[in-house]
Amino acid sequence: MSLICGRNITFSYTGRLILDDFSFAIDEAQVVAIIGPNGSGKTTLLKIINGILSPVSGQLLIDNKDTSQWSRRELAKAIAVVPQENLSIFPFYAEEIVLMGRFPHLGNYSFEDKKDYRIAHEAMEKTDTLAFAACRYDQLSAGERQRVLIARALAQEPKILLLDESTVFLDLKHQAQFLSLLRQLNKAQKLTVVFVTHDINLASQHADRIILLYSGKNYAIGNPAEVITAANIKEVYDVDALVDKNPHSGLPRMTLLT
Amino acid sequence: MQKRRINRIYRRVTLSRVLQISALMLAIFLVLSIISLAIGSVPIGLGRVLLSLSDAFTGGNSLSSQENLIIFSVRLPRIIFAGIIGASLSLGGVVFQALLRNPLADPYVLGISGGSALGAIIGILIGAGSFYLGVPMLAFLGALFTVFLVFIVSGGSRGALLDNSLLLSGVVVNAFFSAAILFFLSIANSMELHSITFWLMGDLSRASIKEIGVAAGVLFIGFVLLYRQALKLNLIAHGEETALQLGVHVERTRQWILIVTSLITAVAVSFAGIIGFVGIMVPHMMRLVFGSDHRLLMPASVLFGASFLVVADTVARVVLAPAELPVGVITALCGAPYFIFLLKRKGN
Repeated sequence: MSLICGRNITFSYTGRLILDDFSFAIDEAQVVAIIGPNGSGKTTLLKIINGILSPVSGQLLIDNKDTSQWSRRELAKAIAVVPQENLSIFPFYAEEIVLMGRFPHLGNYSFEDKKDYRIAHEAMEKTDTLAFAACRYDQLSAGERQRVLIARALAQEPKILLLDESTVFLDLKHQAQFLSLLRQLNKAQKLTVVFVTHDINLASQHADRIILLYSGKNYAIGNPAEVITAANIKEVYDVDALVDKNPHSGLPRMTLLT
Repeated sequence: MQKRRINRIYRRVTLSRVLQISALMLAIFLVLSIISLAIGSVPIGLGRVLLSLSDAFTGGNSLSSQENLIIFSVRLPRIIFAGIIGASLSLGGVVFQALLRNPLADPYVLGISGGSALGAIIGILIGAGSFYLGVPMLAFLGALFTVFLVFIVSGGSRGALLDNSLLLSGVVVNAFFSAAILFFLSIANSMELHSITFWLMGDLSRASIKEIGVAAGVLFIGFVLLYRQALKLNLIAHGEETALQLGVHVERTRQWILIVTSLITAVAVSFAGIIGFVGIMVPHMMRLVFGSDHRLLMPASVLFGASFLVVADTVARVVLAPAELPVGVITALCGAPYFIFLLKRKGN
């Protein structure tokens, strides 16, 4: 049985059909990329997986259980999300933001104990954010904020990590660091990763499987070599592209022809 | 360009820190209250106030009965009442601000005070003042009606409760109530007018022991209920989607918090009238000093709000002695410049 399983999911928002009878399955310990043009339903799909949106019809099962039957807290222990951008009006500190990731594991009256601080600090170490633990979150740069949000997601100790364009603000060093961290968590802790991206090559290099969405439908699904083809790119994105093999990894590499 | 960082030093919020700061702020409140006992149109020295307090414990009798009457029957109830009202308004402010993610939100902006005022004015005009708790009861109904109205207008029944629509409907409801209040003011006779004016500007002088007891009970129970939600408030204040992702059932939590907070505010406003700016100013100052974690912010705001209103009311009692100013005049006189200062600093 798959860890995440979508069955005939249809979702519409203010009369516009966003996902149209869409089915897919993601196994445990897979790294899956969701790609597709603007408005193809990528972010909506992430929100449905996370139970924030519920499909108009169809079902989304996590561990064989419909997301509508999970309590929010239980879902938050299983699934962590790194959102695109997350600004707050109130002045929170970076460490406080990361500690928020411990919320699903705390009781209502509780204060974080030593274990929570340890987990939060490990997450901050891995994302190279410990140095500004005591800085105001809203005064950090976009890339630094993104790393803080990644740390918060790690502090949740999830089984599934959902990433929504989480590398766009990262510089090369932190991008490489983050991607290798994901690999390591995926191997060592069987972390399942689902990421939305516009970067076709990022998807090709780092995903086991790729879901290519096209106007709410599953246009192609499979391993990178199956999905990243010049024909698919032409059909879905309406651009001419050269797809060859990356000499380092042997995986498909796309170059825009303009 | 180096960013100008005007930060307090980050300190973790732990249970012991919350208790320490609460104890410290409680001590400040007590000291201010004792000083306030000594201040008034009839001068009683601080030494004699302390003597009378120690008498109260030891059963001694070293003050004149007139002095005892002023301290225990006039000033003490009023100080306690001011503390409770200040605490309630501040608690309402801090929670509404987090709930709506808007540092300017408070019971007044949302229209709860306006609805309460309208209820009170109708009460005064139809002579409900001759019944026990007549006017406060109508004020309370007015407040509850407003909450209900704001809730419906903003689509709360469908579970939307969008923060902007809630604020906007508050503005609309407020405008309507202001017009209604002006209408009633223009048909009131001069005696009613005096009574209404005092109510509209906040009045702490007429509280009975029973009213103080009711307000204290509501504040205590309300605080306990809301403090249970402190962690969830942190997440909601940070962002609704974040809160959902991190395991908060946002809709249910918001509705519950809205109901409890509205009750606390409605009780406070119906007993004390309209006292503006406390609900905005106090939480804002506390956030500057202690940060945004509601586990610390809530008790700090409650205790500081109590101290703040005791001081403001003491000033209101003596500045034109023997005449008294409505305390709302004092809070507005400090509140408005504080805001100009804030806006100017933000603009830089």
